[in-house]
Amino acid sequence: MNTFYADPGPRRGLAAWMMSTDHKRIGIMYLAALLLFFSIGALLGVLIRLNLISPGTFVQAHNYNRLFTIHGIIMIFLFIIPGIPASFGNFFLPLHIGARDVAFPRINRLSWWLYLAGAVVVLESLFFGGGPLDTGWTFYAPYSIQTRTNVSMAVFGVFILGFSSILTGLNFITTIHRLRAPGMTWHRMPLFAWTLYATGWVQLLATPTIAITLLLVILERFFGLGFFDPSKGGDPLLFEHLFWIYSHPAVYIMVLPAMGIISEVVPVFARKVIFGYRVVAYSALAIASVGYLVWGHHMFTSGMSDTARVVFSFFTFLVAVPSGMKVFNWLGTLYKGSIRLDAPLLFALSFIFLFSVGGLTGLIQSAVATNLHLHSTYWIVAHFHYVMFGGMGFSFLAALHYWFPKMFGRMYRERPAKIGWLVFFLGFNILYFSMFILGYNGMPRRYYDYPPQYFTGQLVSTIGSWVLAAGLIIIFRNLIVAFYRGPKAPDNPWGGSTLEWQVPSPPPRENFEEIPVITRGPYLFE
Amino acid sequence: MISDISNTAAKVDLAFLYITGMSVVLLVLITSFMVYSLVRYNVKRHPRAEQIEGNVATEIILTVIPVILVLVMFYIGWTNFSYLRNAPKDAIPVTVRGMMWSWHFEYKNGKQNDVLNVPVGKPVELILTSADVIHSFYIPAFRIKEDAVPGMKTHLWFKAGEIGSYDVFCTEYCGTGHSHMVSKVVVMAQDAFDKWYAGAGAAGKENKGLQLLQAKGCLGCHTADGAGKIGPTFKGIFGRKTVILTNGKEREIVVDEDYIRRSVLQPAADIVKGYPNIMPVIPVTKDELDTIVATLEELK
Ligand code: HEC
Ligand SMILES: [Cu+2]
Repeated sequence: MNTFYADPGPRRGLAAWMMSTDHKRIGIMYLAALLLFFSIGALLGVLIRLNLISPGTFVQAHNYNRLFTIHGIIMIFLFIIPGIPASFGNFFLPLHIGARDVAFPRINRLSWWLYLAGAVVVLESLFFGGGPLDTGWTFYAPYSIQTRTNVSMAVFGVFILGFSSILTGLNFITTIHRLRAPGMTWHRMPLFAWTLYATGWVQLLATPTIAITLLLVILERFFGLGFFDPSKGGDPLLFEHLFWIYSHPAVYIMVLPAMGIISEVVPVFARKVIFGYRVVAYSALAIASVGYLVWGHHMFTSGMSDTARVVFSFFTFLVAVPSGMKVFNWLGTLYKGSIRLDAPLLFALSFIFLFSVGGLTGLIQSAVATNLHLHSTYWIVAHFHYVMFGGMGFSFLAALHYWFPKMFGRMYRERPAKIGWLVFFLGFNILYFSMFILGYNGMPRRYYDYPPQYFTGQLVSTIGSWVLAAGLIIIFRNLIVAFYRGPKAPDNPWGGSTLEWQVPSPPPRENFEEIPVITRGPYLFE
Repeated sequence: MISDISNTAAKVDLAFLYITGMSVVLLVLITSFMVYSLVRYNVKRHPRAEQIEGNVATEIILTVIPVILVLVMFYIGWTNFSYLRNAPKDAIPVTVRGMMWSWHFEYKNGKQNDVLNVPVGKPVELILTSADVIHSFYIPAFRIKEDAVPGMKTHLWFKAGEIGSYDVFCTEYCGTGHSHMVSKVVVMAQDAFDKWYAGAGAAGKENKGLQLLQAKGCLGCHTADGAGKIGPTFKGIFGRKTVILTNGKEREIVVDEDYIRRSVLQPAADIVKGYPNIMPVIPVTKDELDTIVATLEELK
């Protein structure tokens, strides 16, 4: 068989994979690494929840602070940010636009190596110097300057990861500009490619800011240069600005490709052309550009000027509109469709619901008045888990179920997938919805211990974490069984109409025997 | 739903109610439309999809309505915000200093405390700053918070509506003791407050010293009863043999008055072995330092 799994090259085993420039192999390797880090991050999350039903029994304050820091760093920098572009983007972008590979296959391999190197450095920081850092994933100065835990090495790891992200973005932008098959006009591209395009620009333009910022932290820690620490003449708010100038757009690096996946899955399972193709495509660009102007909403209580707060609040409300439009257009796609509620669609629709909860609660906290109360409480923790985990997480699972047959050439069983989904979805809401209530009642985030009035809410939330973990176990058990023993997948199990479904499962090494000539849009189900 | 505990709570709750109300309506609409479509257009009931590529009128309506809604929400947030951020001229000023890991309050007449005593029904303006890293001063019952940033002065104000005692939390992560960096706002009747404000504190000399240690935040890290905390206990500190690190070199000393003065004025100069170098420089007047030294001497 001429699948990309059979490499006729000179190398064998691991080296054949590590040295490969095939976008599909790189995508699969990223996927494996991402799932590994996701599992570690999730495990740490369960431990955090465990401490919170009985502070001090399982971990002490200092180690608790390290736990939530590492949970955040692993989930954000090693899972969510590389996430969908690095795994599914690498695998499917060339297939979607009718190309044999990305524009710069060797740079693609380099960014995979950089990702690994960054991950190794981050993990190394846990065992050297002052041990695991305790700054929170936001590294706020001057605490991050003063703490004696190993901030410098961890931050250097994140710095390396940034380059991996920049190179992926650069690669995808060029690929989309240069390698579309004949007839694949911009408006015949699958929407997933559109979101990768918008994301690519954010990766390319925003990531250098965090790189510089983290370098400054390292310089300040080693040489005592006073960028951020006021006792050396620095300004702590400068750090917050620089940090969020990247880290807010980074939210769109995480969520735009997730939206792209939903735009692929919904039409296929509704057997209907996407409603408002151009609106969905352009709204991705709108989100990516307005998304640059809203970072200050992380700083509504930071001491920044009141005028700046109001202006940032205004832009934050505006950026909600294109996201809302996407939701409406997905719903419009379901309307008068012919819907088959298979596992990928279940995950995709849960995305729409959870992302709406995340987005609408986002509006509540974007108003400057209400933010005074909600900022830095569990409300925020609930909100961003709805957006990140409910958003990117569910869409990642939607993609995994949707493309599993294509990537691995095998089918999974539908029933356990659905049961897993149900348990996971329920657990998710028990875990995080209770945090909205806790937060509204004033429970601050990053608290190792808390006054007794919050106990009930914490207990419910922790029980939710167990249910959620059970759901994840069912889901992944099912997929692992399918990986080893599932029946062979047909080329097009869902009746999809984008190009990846017209090649064998798994795809051949060169993707297409002949580069296809495109004469129609991506979602035709007649 | 709308709390009268303070003027700020009432404002924030009202804004919250409006915006949340609108959001819940939107969520219900979105979700019910989704569930309706799933049931009505299931493949069994509706075997052939109708291919609708879009509809300009619908798109325009579905853009304009959200734009209007978010602008209304923005406006609700904004009007209330101006009120919440601008203290009236007659507000009682209190300086709040956050430090790892305690709060310190200082009034206009020089009175210091580690809880925030305020009179009921009077506007109070807090001027916030920090001695070390960023903290955030949060009174959940009053629905307000603001960061306390080193090297900067930030502000907050409120008018308490009901006598009582309310939690104060630190909501900017600040290290090991973050979740125990708590205090109270004690809302008192006017005459009780006046009496407290004018009084020098009822108790005797030693008690006054302890109150000072408390007010300065020392007891956030040290204890007076021999128990371990973040720093060494004060009990029996005078004459204690201690191993300290000066510029990384170990030496053994016997604690005396000079050493204590130096420890307070330049905490980073000598570090007690086995403890982290985290004690902040807490400004003390000469009199206060004398009181501290005297108090520590008595803690046998
Ligand atoms: C953030 C926590 C913290 C606060 C607040 C703090 N200290 Fe300390 N203090 C420490 C630590 C930790 C040490 C031990 C390390 C060192 O010597 O710097 C220490 C050491 C000392 C020592 C030397 C003790 C010995 O056994 O040799 C004295 C005296 C002292 N502190 C007094 C004070 C006084 C007085 C205050 C209030 C004005 C205060 N500290 C506030 C953390 C704190
Ligand atoms: Cu703090």
